[in-house]
Formats: sequence, C-alpha cells, structure tokens
Amino acid sequence: MDSTYQKGKKGKKKNLSESKKDRVSAYLYIAPFFIIFGVIGLYPALFSFYLAFQKWNGLGEMSFVGLNNFKIVLEDPLFWKSLYNTIVIGLIGTAPQIVIGIILAILLNVAFLRFRSFFRVTIFMPYITSMVAVALIFSVIFSDHQSSLANYVLGLFGADPVSWGTSEWGTKIAISIMVFWRWVGYNTIIYLAGIQSIPNDVYEAATIDGASKFQQVIHITLPLLKPFILLTVFFSTVGALQLFSEPTVFLGASAFTRDEAMTVVMYLYRDAFKLQSFGTASATAIILLVVIIIFAAINTYLTSGIGKKRRRG
Amino acid sequence: MNKAAKKRKPSMGKVFVYLFLTLASALSLFPFYWMFVMATQTSSAYNSIPPTITPGNLLVENFQKVLLQIDFFGALWTSFLLCTIVTLVVLFISSLAGFAFAKFHFPAKNFLFITILLTMIIPPQLGLIPQYFLIAKAGLLDTLSGVMILFFLNPLGIFLMRQYVSDSVPDELIEAAKLDGCSNFKIYRSIVLPIILPAFATLGIIVFTAVWGEFLWQFTILRDPENYTIQVALASLSNTFNVDFGMILSGVFWATVPLIIIFLLFNRLFISSIAEGSVK
Repeated sequence: MDSTYQKGKKGKKKNLSESKKDRVSAYLYIAPFFIIFGVIGLYPALFSFYLAFQKWNGLGEMSFVGLNNFKIVLEDPLFWKSLYNTIVIGLIGTAPQIVIGIILAILLNVAFLRFRSFFRVTIFMPYITSMVAVALIFSVIFSDHQSSLANYVLGLFGADPVSWGTSEWGTKIAISIMVFWRWVGYNTIIYLAGIQSIPNDVYEAATIDGASKFQQVIHITLPLLKPFILLTVFFSTVGALQLFSEPTVFLGASAFTRDEAMTVVMYLYRDAFKLQSFGTASATAIILLVVIIIFAAINTYLTSGIGKKRRRG
Repeated sequence: MNKAAKKRKPSMGKVFVYLFLTLASALSLFPFYWMFVMATQTSSAYNSIPPTITPGNLLVENFQKVLLQIDFFGALWTSFLLCTIVTLVVLFISSLAGFAFAKFHFPAKNFLFITILLTMIIPPQLGLIPQYFLIAKAGLLDTLSGVMILFFLNPLGIFLMRQYVSDSVPDELIEAAKLDGCSNFKIYRSIVLPIILPAFATLGIIVFTAVWGEFLWQFTILRDPENYTIQVALASLSNTFNVDFGMILSGVFWATVPLIIIFLLFNRLFISSIAEGSVK
C-alpha cells in the first residue's frame, strides 16, 4: 500500500515519480471511505428511489407500479397523521430548546459564576444517556397510572390525571419533554462555545458606551451567535423529522399499533418490517427526504431572517 | 447615583442567575435520581400516593429480575465490542483519509472532499430498507458484523482529521522524512499518528457515544435476543403489556451507571469533544 522512495533518482524525474506515488497513496488512503460509502451508503440510497416505484413484499418478484406507491402513501390518513405528529412533537420538543439553551449558555458564561463546571456538567449530562434509557425513564415518570409522578404533579395543581401513553396530547407532550430534556444541554454547550468565541473587547467597548447587560445580549451576543443558532436549528429540524427511538420505546408494546405518537419514520418502519410493503415504505422514505429538505430550508431561512432584522434595528 | 444603581442590579441579577441554573441542574439530575429510586423499590411502591421519592432496598433483587428477562451482561459486552471495533476502524479510516486530504495534492481533491461532506446530509432512514436487504443477502442479518459495517461510514471523522492534520503536522517534518526515504505510509504511522493522538480522543468519544446510543439500525438488524446490544435489550424490557417498572429501571440504571462514571471522570474531554464535533 505504500510506495518506496528511491534515493538514487535525481532532478525532475525524481519529482515526477514522487508526485505520482503521492497521488497513488492519496487515492489509496481515501479509498476505504468511498468503497464503503458506495456499497452501504450510495447504492442503498439510490436503490430506495428504484424500490419506490415497485411493488415488493421482500421475497417474491418486484413489479413496476409507477407512482402508485406515492399515491397509496399520500392518500393514507395514517401517513398524514404521522407527519402531523412528527411536526407537533418536533416543534414542542425542539423550539423551546433554542431559547432555553441560549439563556443557559449566557448564564453559564457570566463572570461572577461559581460552581460553573458543576452546572455545565449537570446540564450536559442528559445528553450522554442513550435515547432508549431516556424513553424508559420517562415512560415510568409519564405512565398512565393515577399515581405516576407526572399525574401526581398535575394533581398538585388541581388538574385531572392524563393518559400519557394513550391520549392524543398526553403522548405528544411526554415525548416532547423527553426530547427537550435530552437535547437542551447539548445545544447549550454549542451556544456556550459560540459565546466564548466572541472577543471580550467587543463587550468592553459596549460597556464603555453605556450599553446595559441586556442590550449587550441583544445587540452583541445574539447577532454574533447567529451561525451557531443556524447550526442548531438545522440539526434540530433534521433530527426532529427523523424521530423514531423515543416514541417507539416510550410506547413499548403498542408502538406500531396506536397512532397518537406514530412518527413518519415509525410509519415507514411499520410498512416495511411489520407489513412487508417495501415499495410504499421506500416511497415514504423519499417523501420524508423532500419534507426534510423543505423544512430545513424554511427554518434555516427564517432563522437567518430574524438575525438580519435585529441587526438593522 | 449611578453607582448605587449598579450595585443593586448585580445582586438581583445574581439571584436570578443562580436560581435559573440551579433549577436547570435539578431538572437535569432529577430523572437520574428517580431512576435510582425506582430501581430500588417494589412495583407496589409505584402505586403509592404521594409517590415514593426515597430509595428502597431492592437494588439487587430488581436487577436479578432483569437478568431473568435479558442477557444483560452479554448485551453490554456486545455493545462494548461493537463500539470499540467501530471506533478503531473509524479512527483508522478517517486519519488516513484526513492525512491524504491535508497533505497531498491530487486531481479532484476538492471535489472528493466536498462529496464526503455532502454524504453527511443523507438521512439515515433513506437507505434503510436496501441496507437491510444488502445485509440479509450477505448473510449478516442478526450478526455484529452486519451492524457495525454501516457505522464505518463517518464523514465527520474525515473532516475533523483533515483539520487536525493540516493544523498540527508541519509540512517540513513530512518533507524531511521524505528526504530520508520514508514511504508515505511510514510517514503516516511514525509522524502523523503520534501528533494527532489527542484528536483521536475527541473523535473516539464522538464515535463511541454515537454508536453506543444508536437504536434504529441495531433494532432493525438484530432479531435474536442472543445477539442484542444493550439498547435493543433494554428496549425489549418494556415490550410487554405487563410492565414491572422497578425491573425496567433497574436495567436502565445498571446500564447507565458505567456511562455516567466515565462521563464524570472525563467530563471536560467529553464536553469539548462533542462541542468541537458539531461546531467545526
């Protein structure tokens, strides 16, 4: 795999053969990625597009059905329900993260703070817990029982108990809360890295000009943090639309039979591996890709718009 | 007057800062504590009102019930093996490719590099079904090899390694080694590798954590309980209608504790790695 350099050769000839050998080495060194990507990344992705136009149960012959799979999926109320669920959970689960994450990051960066690393570690800790573990812990906190912790807390405020595992809004709120809980610390750390990259003299200059701390946050921190906010908005949007593990584990045995919290990826998974309808599942994968691209573009665009207005104003 | 106002303001602000952060920390920690409480209580403790919030004495008993349900240590070992192999392979592939992108000139270099970055935005579920059949056709369904091959793809790793190699390995060092007659692979092995070891820690943590927690692919490929990773095994605990919360959270507790200990020991490295991996 490595080329041996021969000392005897001199001048231009040496350089030529050397750069040729370098080229061979370089291609060899990047080859593993491209080979693996071709086999298990690109080929399956492209094959999904082919499969989306076939009717196939995974065993027999495939038959070309044109756009029929897309028609079946787009006419299925359950698909629209799953898309609606995904968007609702995504919105409640991730949008507050951005606001709270920024606040936490700003607070974690204030000069007088003691126990800084304690706060940082505890706020980040949920992220290292696996999604499955989080879903199981929250399935106990948010169980249907009258005596579940969530229902007890609701009771303290005089509210009626909620069927967290089976009701339309109960499931969505419980899942959104666990998504929020696991990811807010992660976003905080990203914002904190962003805030720390802002040079101190910008703030010093603003303080001399008489800007209050709050004004500094609005006019310095937020605009300079914008690339980091864009990044997290992008990742949160893409991640939220691919939600699978949390609802699947949270709902346990009823994950693929009830529709209150079925997400698009769960719908896809159910079509493929529970109903052996691989053509429609592939069509769903492609529809989801389009949805992801649209939402990521819209959200990123909206976020960058907010920053611009703020800077002008 | 201005001075007095300034003096009062920070103390108000301080109270708010500490209050907010303490609340956030408490809410972050509480589910962990609750997990421990439930893992040590009887199932009936769960039905008491108000809820039990102090630990019981069934730490071991509940775990014994877990062991009756799943092959806990087997699954833990499977996950450990999976993550270790994937991490080592990804480190090797990424550093080699990162070295090539950082220090060599070759046709289509930028195009290939951008292609690698673009592969990052392919959503994992797009190819899920063909990937499943590919693994099935190769006879790797329900095997660890079938699971790990997908994780070998790590465009982020190549990106991080390219950055690190071009920032920290001086060109002169490579030139000198070439004049001494070192082969390119020897340069990688004896010059580049030792310099980029710190970056291995960063990338290693990112990869290990991601593979450890991944669920969809492992859940799709592994069907036989004998081959379960810890995530799939834990998920199977709640997959019945007759649930024993103490038992379930005991499983989660014992699977999470090692992770928390490792995290607390290396928290600085963990946090900076994760931040670096996403910010760069």
